[in-house]
Amino acid sequence: MPEFEWQFTLVLLTNGVMIGLMYALIALGFVLIYKATDAINFAQGEFVMFAGFIAAGAAEILGAPFWVSALLSVSGMVLLGFGLERVVLRPLIGRPVIAVVMATIGLAAVLRGTATLAFGAGTRAIVMPIGDEPIELGPVMLPPVQVVGAVVSIVFLAAFSWFFLKSRIGIAMRAVADSQQVAMAMGIDVRRYFALAWAMAGIVSALGGVVWGTMLGVDNQLALVGLKVFPVVILGGLDSIIGAVVGGLIVGIVENLAAGYLDPYVGGGTKDFAPYILMIAALMIRPEGIFGRRRIERV
Amino acid sequence: MFHRESGVFKTSYAADMALYPLPIAKWAVAAFAGLFIVIVPLTLGEYYVSILNLILIAIVGALGLNVLVGYTGQISIGHGAFMSVGAYTAANLVVRLDAPFWVTIPAGGLMAALIGAVVGIPSLRIKGIYLAIATLAAQLIIEWTINHVPAISGGVQASIQVPRPSFFGVQLKSQTQLYLFLMGFAVLAIVGTSNLVRSRIGRAFIAVRDQDIAAEIIGISTFRYKLIAFAISSFYAGVTGVLYTYYLGIANYEQFQLTVSIDYLAMIIIGGLGSILGSIFGAAFVTLLPIVTRWFLESFGGLIFSAADLANIIPNLRLILFGGLIIFFLVVEPEGLNRLWRNIRNYFRVWPFSY
Repeated sequence: MPEFEWQFTLVLLTNGVMIGLMYALIALGFVLIYKATDAINFAQGEFVMFAGFIAAGAAEILGAPFWVSALLSVSGMVLLGFGLERVVLRPLIGRPVIAVVMATIGLAAVLRGTATLAFGAGTRAIVMPIGDEPIELGPVMLPPVQVVGAVVSIVFLAAFSWFFLKSRIGIAMRAVADSQQVAMAMGIDVRRYFALAWAMAGIVSALGGVVWGTMLGVDNQLALVGLKVFPVVILGGLDSIIGAVVGGLIVGIVENLAAGYLDPYVGGGTKDFAPYILMIAALMIRPEGIFGRRRIERV
Repeated sequence: MFHRESGVFKTSYAADMALYPLPIAKWAVAAFAGLFIVIVPLTLGEYYVSILNLILIAIVGALGLNVLVGYTGQISIGHGAFMSVGAYTAANLVVRLDAPFWVTIPAGGLMAALIGAVVGIPSLRIKGIYLAIATLAAQLIIEWTINHVPAISGGVQASIQVPRPSFFGVQLKSQTQLYLFLMGFAVLAIVGTSNLVRSRIGRAFIAVRDQDIAAEIIGISTFRYKLIAFAISSFYAGVTGVLYTYYLGIANYEQFQLTVSIDYLAMIIIGGLGSILGSIFGAAFVTLLPIVTRWFLESFGGLIFSAADLANIIPNLRLILFGGLIIFFLVVEPEGLNRLWRNIRNYFRVWPFSY
């Protein structure tokens, strides 16, 4: 047992918080879709990857500056969100869960294939114009990408919380999620809000793609961050924005602590493994998550 | 299978549930058996028989997954991992105890059933999306465990060499011999499943799928039947894993990753949920898809693309086709190939007087 070093732990904790906030950003896309349309998006990781490819491709092929390529990525993902909702998800409304799950898994395969076909299999870089001198905070060194990612996450999480609580469209979305029939009876165009939810998830995924792509580089391995979404949303609650933040922080911290303290004993890989163990425990104890809403079933 | 009744003359439930609705159906099955057991292995070359072998293995797995997903309505994204459990159980038995196939195959199946039942325990509390995610977690955890425990994985690169099985002292060396061996298991799986779903247990599965609360109220222990479904389904998966290991001659966890679970889900969705014939169609379709794509592009793609481009295009095009077909079938024909087949049959039932 290595001696408990507070500095080492502090570094792990801060890294965990930063990474956790970036997980929260990706999980937010998942939560937005689930909250508004009751659909589970197994292609969230591929969304992020696709957005990364658009940004990196725009920068490399067109030579666009960072802001333009990021903007292109956002608008591309919004269009993609609208299109997919119309073609794939809308016909599946009211069908069993497995249909939606499988459709998004199929979507993931299509996106992965298309992206690699269009942009090639090599890793591309997104260069953020912020330099890479780490920011020093006492013993902790923070790469600026992570700081930007964390800030973007916090801003957007706050914005979407406000949006759902106060804005007219957000309230309509909550109504749709609550009961599609009642929402329709109150004069809400349900289909429009479904499309809007997918488009909003597109925006969030684009930001996630740019931030994660800057950090890891863009290739089809980027889609693997999507696998981290599930522990995050299960822990936090599938339909809660604040849950995405808390879940993201928990997963980020746990995986960093596990990697720091357990990896030497079991030979690596605990980073991808520990969050899932935690998730299984959460599923057994409190399946709806920390902030999730419990659903009552009626025959 | 190909008969055309002139009407429905059944007077009892037993007649309605019979495996052969008409005497002629027996002849149709016998003809198929003759075709596939005698004529096919005699006429086809090794390469084509090896493809058929892959399909036979996939049929066993697809039937098992269909029992769970199609008949009981539970989702599993962890079937690839259950297969790896069967594969490594068998591989260890062969390497350490020199066990013959009639020990390794049931043992692999039972081990997978045990693990599958454990994974199924959360289905007591959770369902739908939550169960899907729990089984996804099982897939990742089992993969990780096999990869990190040398006692299971045999250490180097987590793979164990397994010799081909021997049948009455004859080692199955050629693909044709293996074909007949695998055919036995595929037939066993088909007959077993069609009898299972007609039994009391199968009916309980369907009740649980259609409305689990209502099933509970009429006295079906939902938890028990969900666990049984997980166990049976994983048993099939374990057997599939063992058969695949014999086919490849090596047990390797990379052959049983998440994509395999998704392939099998695609088989039963494309083939038809809750249908035995559909599982067979789906297994054949999904197994053939990459082979046909590759063959087609290698024959005709060379006219347009360079060889280096093709190496990049083929796997990606396969992915796109695969995902696209899943979506297509879900949106356009949710009951899959089985439904298309029934439509064709129904059309010819009254043909040429279709009015």
